Amino acid sequence: MAATVAIIDYGMGNPGSIRNMFGRLGVDAPITSERATIQSADKLVLPGVGAFDHAVRSLHGRGLWDLLNDEVTEKRKPILGICLGAQLLTARSEEGVLPGFGWLDAETVRFRPDGGGSALRIPHMGWNTVTQMRPHPLFEGMFEEPRFYFVHSYHIVCRDQSDVLATTSYGIQFASAVSRGNICGTQFHPEKSHKFGMKVLENFARI
Amino acid sequence: MLAVRIIPCLDIRDGRVVKGVRFQSLRDAGSPEECAERYEAQGADEIVLLDVSATPEGRRTAVETVCRVRARLSIPLTVGGGVRTIDDAAALLDAGADKVGVNTAAVEDPSLLTRLADRFGRQCTVLALDAARNLEPSAISHQPSAEIGNHRSEITDRPGYKGAFFGPASEALGTPDSAQATSGKQHSVLGRWEVVTLSGKKRTGIDAVQWAKDAAAAGAGEILLTSWDRDGTRSGYDLDLIRAVSSAVQVPIIASGGANTPDHLFEALVAGADAVLAASIFHDSDLTVGDVKRALAARGVEVRL
Repeated sequence: MAATVAIIDYGMGNPGSIRNMFGRLGVDAPITSERATIQSADKLVLPGVGAFDHAVRSLHGRGLWDLLNDEVTEKRKPILGICLGAQLLTARSEEGVLPGFGWLDAETVRFRPDGGGSALRIPHMGWNTVTQMRPHPLFEGMFEEPRFYFVHSYHIVCRDQSDVLATTSYGIQFASAVSRGNICGTQFHPEKSHKFGMKVLENFARI
Repeated sequence: MLAVRIIPCLDIRDGRVVKGVRFQSLRDAGSPEECAERYEAQGADEIVLLDVSATPEGRRTAVETVCRVRARLSIPLTVGGGVRTIDDAAALLDAGADKVGVNTAAVEDPSLLTRLADRFGRQCTVLALDAARNLEPSAISHQPSAEIGNHRSEITDRPGYKGAFFGPASEALGTPDSAQATSGKQHSVLGRWEVVTLSGKKRTGIDAVQWAKDAAAAGAGEILLTSWDRDGTRSGYDLDLIRAVSSAVQVPIIASGGANTPDHLFEALVAGADAVLAASIFHDSDLTVGDVKRALAARGVEVRL
């Protein structure tokens, strides 16, 4: 695969394991905050671990906010948000006060401890099943209900249900993967989800 | 449905896996990256590396070890042992750890948990809680037989051991788990377990259940709960401890200390653990992680196969 994937470096967590997995797939995937590298990449991955507002500030502070807006909404470059990176695709989060990119008509809310009537552990941590709601290249060649690794306290709620690509059950059914056009996001961590995770990243590199 | 997690633990000293009752009669058990890779292939859901190096040089080696293990793994990696500062944690996370466990330093300064959570997120911040039962020496005869031979002298001989700290001695009496399981709410009695630090060398006088609550409130996103009495004994987890802590906090609990058979893991999960950590069952038996998971699945436990 000749495509290059720029993994956006904005100081939120260590995206080394994403690069490692792309490396095993033979995909050139630099971790970068350089304008030129991001502009010349074929695809973008927006990783992220940590707090929503901190992430928004970091993206603004590094001059990446407008650049990403341009790459994704004007140039329509494929982007994969992972975990917090997926939540940043939404308009806002209960975790913070700053606006997200808002590329999806969606918002990010906290798991309710009593969600579904039973006491829930928060964070939602571990390997859970993901049910695909509609066909999408990201899930090509996948078993019917693969398990992926999750670790999060907030989840995405789509106002437009057609943006929901896959759901997962944890007290409630929540959107564990979302997509609209060139924009997609996974609440789970493909880079820590063994063979199925690797398949998702491979599929993204092929899109 | 969320699966329980089966987590092999590798004790690392000076860049090598060691095994044995923790800190005693350590034997070399191979390279960390090879062990971790083998367990991942067998179906491990996560790997815990516990650095038991005694020297600063050993600690530096630990960061390199994390790099080497991370390069081979595609499942989550938690690293603990000797983490005292934000910088220690940052070095391990930069090397590729997904979560960092803190123990002694958090007991000495609980704000460390808050600072770690603010900087790296709660999901990266694991409290390693080592708990020991508060026992009067006269209560030893009430303990399950496996504990008597292995631990009586060890408990009473530990530096800093001051006996039971909380409540009347009758509340601190240990009874076999089977009796506890049928005797209602005894497990909720506070003060039956005390936090120990410095690899078990220091008894702190802090109630373990209360500390679990305080730590979760301060920023811990997960608790790695080790029974110091059971660790290395292979006599099964301290189920009362698991019940007490898992019902007191909302964050996930990894049970640790005492596992030797798939039945032990099953009991811990029934008692409320969200994940089970084990070392000797995987290092020393012919059972693979996959064997253990299939045994659990046969008993109706949701596992990732």
